[in-house]
Amino acid sequence: MYDVLIIGAGPAGISAGLYAKRAGANVLILYYGDSELEKAERIENYYGFADGISGKKLYDAGIQQAINIGIEVKKEEVLDLNKEENIFCVETENDRYCSKTVIIATGNKKLKPNIPGINEFEGRGVSYCAICDGFFFRNKNVVVIGEGNYACREAEELKNIVNSVTILTNGQAAKFELKDSENNQIKIDEKKIKEFTGNTKIEQIKFEDESTMQVDGVFIAIGEASGVDFAKKIGIALNGDSIIADKNMQTNIEGLYSAGNVSGGLYQICKATYEGAIAGMSAAKYVKE
Amino acid sequence: MSVLKLTDDNFENQVLRSSKNVVVDFYADWCGPCKMMSPIIENVAEELEGKAIVGKVNVDENSGVAEKYGIMSIPTIIIFKNGEVYKIFTGVTSKSEIMEAIN
Repeated sequence: MYDVLIIGAGPAGISAGLYAKRAGANVLILYYGDSELEKAERIENYYGFADGISGKKLYDAGIQQAINIGIEVKKEEVLDLNKEENIFCVETENDRYCSKTVIIATGNKKLKPNIPGINEFEGRGVSYCAICDGFFFRNKNVVVIGEGNYACREAEELKNIVNSVTILTNGQAAKFELKDSENNQIKIDEKKIKEFTGNTKIEQIKFEDESTMQVDGVFIAIGEASGVDFAKKIGIALNGDSIIADKNMQTNIEGLYSAGNVSGGLYQICKATYEGAIAGMSAAKYVKE
Repeated sequence: MSVLKLTDDNFENQVLRSSKNVVVDFYADWCGPCKMMSPIIENVAEELEGKAIVGKVNVDENSGVAEKYGIMSIPTIIIFKNGEVYKIFTGVTSKSEIMEAIN
């Protein structure tokens, strides 16, 4: 059992780790996938770097800094986040970790694919949470849109409830492997999607090749699960695609914090490190109390 | 003010014929996010006491109302004004968003 589990190893996640660790907490940082910072070619507006620094260099140095002060840092994809009584547990592909508090610092990865009709049918057949909404699609035909382990996980949640589930990778190569036992239960189609259509609810998916598919439900699970995906599953209040946090960076759920781009506002390192520091100190204080 | 328990049977009287604006939370007991929505709805009910009606519908027990309003994702919050759907929120919704819509 950890005191503070942080999802994300960018400036917000690492700063949260540094401050929580310094406050005496037992900290685990989990991260996976591309960081927004890593992709920045040159950063010239962050304090102290007279000649600028590459995003990749700063990102790698941050992770090393956390390791150097004794924080456990693991590169593992988080597939699920649950609250059980007063503790939080996350599931990765091969493991499960529990903690008294969690800080979501995943950055603001794009949640929605740019498919015409997606906004119109949200809550009308388009869902972001298999475990929450699968119930409404009992014995119906659904698709999961995504290409990674997260899409596979959502399809697994649905397969025993619905009549049929197909993973649509929307023109990308599938980056997951189905278990042998699932090959008959989950179909995969890599065709590129053109649009969603329907009247009062989603009814059909049109593909670029002009073929169509009748559906009752569409579950969105692009790439790896983002902070906003976890937020929707566990019940964190959002403002658009940003997590709402108070001045201590706590969300509407006690013991659950957010920091950095996932909280919206200014997408800058200085803001992410500030929020990370606050979230780290707040989480450590919460654990002590 | 407590949160009204709305059902297939009382929905028309309590919501559609109400002279006040109504906030309805569609939920289920097994739904994790709905549990997080619950204290927000209670808070809204306290703040709106005397000014609006705040209620919740258990979609497992009241499939009639849930189907009528096409609920396919929970929690869903619907705000009714003069018996008509005024605004729909899906997912956990902050108190400030609900208050802004009702006012």
